[in-house]
Amino acid sequence: MALLEVRDLTIRYRTTAGEIRAVDAASLDVDAGEAVGLAGESGCGKTTLALAIPGLLPANAEVVSGSIRLDGRELIGLPESEMEKVRWREASVVFQGAMNALNPVRRVDEQIAEPIRIHEPGTSANEARARVAELLERVGIPAARGREYPHEFSGGMRQRVMIAMALACRPRLIIADEPVTALDVMVQAQILRLLKDLRAHLGLAMILISHDLSVIAETCDRAVVMYAGRTAESGDVRAIFRSPAHPYTQALIRAFPNVRRERTFVSGIPGYPPDLMSPLVGCPFVDRCTVGIERCRVETPALRRVGPAHEAACHLVGESAS
Amino acid sequence: MTAVTFGAGGRLGRVGASFRANWSLLWADRLGRAGLLLLAIVFFAALLGPILLPFDPTAVGHSAADLLQPPSATAWLGTDEMGRQVIWETIAGARTSLVVGLVATAISMVVGTFIGLTAGYSRGTMGEGLMRVTDFFLVIPTLPLTIVLAALLGQSLGIIILVIGLTSWPATARIVRSQVLSLRERQFIVRIQSLGATDLRTVGIHILPNVLPLVFANTVLVIAGSILAEATLAFLGLGDPANVSWGTMLHFAFQSGAAGRGAWWYIIPPGLGIVVTVLAFTLVGHSLDRILNPRLRNR
Amino acid sequence: MSDTPATCGPAPGGPLASGSLPTGEPLVRVEDLRVEFPVRGGARNPDGSRPVVHAVDGVSFDLARGEVLALVGESGCGKTTIAKTMLRLIDPSGGRISYRGQDITRLRGKELRRLRARFQLVFQDPYESLDPRQTVYEIVSEPLIIHGRGKELAERTRLVFAALEGAGLHPAEEIAGRYPHHLSGGQRQRVAIAAAMVLEPELIVADEPVSMLDVSFRAEILSLMLDLRAQRQFTYLFITHDLSLAWVIADRIAVVYLGRIVEAGPADDVIQRPTHPYTRALVSVIPVPEPGAETDQIVLTGEAPSPSAIPPGCRFNPRCWLRRDMGDPAICATEDPQLLPTGPGRTVACHFPEGGTPR
Repeated sequence: MALLEVRDLTIRYRTTAGEIRAVDAASLDVDAGEAVGLAGESGCGKTTLALAIPGLLPANAEVVSGSIRLDGRELIGLPESEMEKVRWREASVVFQGAMNALNPVRRVDEQIAEPIRIHEPGTSANEARARVAELLERVGIPAARGREYPHEFSGGMRQRVMIAMALACRPRLIIADEPVTALDVMVQAQILRLLKDLRAHLGLAMILISHDLSVIAETCDRAVVMYAGRTAESGDVRAIFRSPAHPYTQALIRAFPNVRRERTFVSGIPGYPPDLMSPLVGCPFVDRCTVGIERCRVETPALRRVGPAHEAACHLVGESAS
Repeated sequence: MTAVTFGAGGRLGRVGASFRANWSLLWADRLGRAGLLLLAIVFFAALLGPILLPFDPTAVGHSAADLLQPPSATAWLGTDEMGRQVIWETIAGARTSLVVGLVATAISMVVGTFIGLTAGYSRGTMGEGLMRVTDFFLVIPTLPLTIVLAALLGQSLGIIILVIGLTSWPATARIVRSQVLSLRERQFIVRIQSLGATDLRTVGIHILPNVLPLVFANTVLVIAGSILAEATLAFLGLGDPANVSWGTMLHFAFQSGAAGRGAWWYIIPPGLGIVVTVLAFTLVGHSLDRILNPRLRNR
Repeated sequence: MSDTPATCGPAPGGPLASGSLPTGEPLVRVEDLRVEFPVRGGARNPDGSRPVVHAVDGVSFDLARGEVLALVGESGCGKTTIAKTMLRLIDPSGGRISYRGQDITRLRGKELRRLRARFQLVFQDPYESLDPRQTVYEIVSEPLIIHGRGKELAERTRLVFAALEGAGLHPAEEIAGRYPHHLSGGQRQRVAIAAAMVLEPELIVADEPVSMLDVSFRAEILSLMLDLRAQRQFTYLFITHDLSLAWVIADRIAVVYLGRIVEAGPADDVIQRPTHPYTRALVSVIPVPEPGAETDQIVLTGEAPSPSAIPPGCRFNPRCWLRRDMGDPAICATEDPQLLPTGPGRTVACHFPEGGTPR
């Protein structure tokens, strides 16, 4: 049984202008110690899907149907008091741009200690301090620097602080939302390497959300590509990148340059993503797809098996999933 | 057709459209609507009162029995210590208070915006210098200034308006300046400068329109403050004796001992008038502030 | 100094008209450019002097007509400052900038304004670079008004529509009446490009023009820029921290570190055969959409020092893996390497450009 099993999750946002289908029957599995990449562009639903797991969706979000099981335990519908025990202790989050959300008037070590104080209230002050020091060292920051304030740290170091905070209560799963997007390529490499080492040492499972397919290719074992709230393709990362089945995945991969190969111009995808407020008819990608057939306009494709650990939601590929 | 839409005519049309849009947003907001309704009542009374009900606020009573009378059929809000009808005075007072409030605010807004723009946009000594001037005016105490000017030039509405204008523009200037400071660094301003736009163009066409909504919301709040300031000064006896205002009414009410004699009809109407008007402007101002805040619309 | 043109993307198209430029003469020449900012407030140096930020510390390069030169480097390396100084948005503290052979380093007033019509800037953030209170028409016609072109409304409108169409915005008439917040990120960026094009400039400086766009929309903006280069002989200075992007779009790449160019050459050559240890490290960590394709990564520790405290000798030496591999040669900490040619069209600023193998 996987550590995390998300099945047919559907989430909608209620806004004054209407309802937005943010996530539409998406599924996701994460095994213990595994890194799964959630890939897609703005508005595809990857952040919504991931934040639903620790129950951190905004007030106007509604989980319409589906299930989220962490270690066999259903999380949807859990009362807030129970959810608090899950959050940070079993699944924690490194938010997008979080390095800019550190409290500027509190010391770094105090901020890292905060999750410990809140979620493990029985911990003594000394023990908390010791754990913070250990966490800092683990993320590559000398423990003495814990006494400094966030503005004395560079962007990369602040991100390390955020990671330390996420690890404070020894979770089994970390959800990292665009953890390296705002960072330079060398700092990005440092942080990705850090995450890899941490996962190896601590047996952490990770969900890495990123619009950057290259980052996912480099760090994840499996990947889920989302489009317009639905899963377009999912499976082993090698399978997806070597033989992408869904036309969107194929087009998206071509949009990223590959310096290890022959130099070719990147390509884009004409058109725009569909309006998430109108009801879905057929395949959401049909307007931008180069190989669509009539069926794509009327019937929404289900995920079908394309290979041993590889599925895609397209009428033109594979056999129906069992 | 195209030429008209894209020339100056088009721009005016769009200004009108955005005005109407904001108006409906203001109406939709409960507090804003309440404020607008209250304002309507006050303005209606002030403007139309004298027309609909011909009266003379200075008509004094004819006998001692007319002085300080409680409300009755002939005097809806009673009479004051000179036998004048309180209701006519209240309505006349509304006009004075509003005029002073609006004119003083106009001065304050124009001066404050101009100085705020210049101080915010100029770099170096000019900007610093203007801020020191602003600080100077910021700390001038209203009361002593009024007393001095009144002693020199006599008591009049003009003095009151001048004093309030002079002492309230710094607040606007500071708000405008801080908005300009943040606007100055935004990419679209840098881009327009890199195109070779003159400072005049940059400030007049790009910075000012982005600052005006804030100024407008702030102005409405300043009106409220100005009316209160006028009432205060008049209450203390520095008002224009020839023009009745709510503040002067309160001044004479207390001076004649009306309070001690329980003549509530003399004190409550002007007091209520001040409270209602200031509240109305405040509600509208806060509502406008929420609506016009530049954070919306752009994403 | 350009090598054979790019082998990818739309071809530069035809012999580039050099106008009145004698062949071989660069459009822009930058020589030993320096930009310094004093640090206000904060601690002084031990000797009492104020610390100075050396944002640009001696940069020289040529920009040939019709070429795409990418300035790449990490944040704070000075690449944006170089570009802004070249456009005279910032005054240089030293060095020389020549445009078509004419010295523009100290140009002021009217002459400078006239020059501005030749240089245009496209910014990174499509949401921020357009005045939210102006319609698309007003945004694109403003450059014309500032520089006195198209005095008649009809003429101006014609130029605006032509620019919008040229930037791929159809129908121009309809889009011209809209406000930026009604357009998508890609469309706004096209508006920014149209506003840059309307004056028929010679040089366009693009600062991360696609980094804030979704990936599937980047290619169309990049193609547009290259098409315009082909049709109208635009020259581009492309600033980015994304090396793969620079590799795809540029003819030449110049790698900037702490205010200095440390390596320059044809784009493909610099990326496939980097010689400076910094470039080699950067290239080794570029992620690619191919699992398992990572070669040995050289991950540098720490981050670049502040430009107010540039290390003596070679500025990269405290972080240089090659220096360590070679047993700490003294020259690295004592002598600042010059940017010297190492091959056709290639320059490197390193004492040991061919030395060492990556870890």
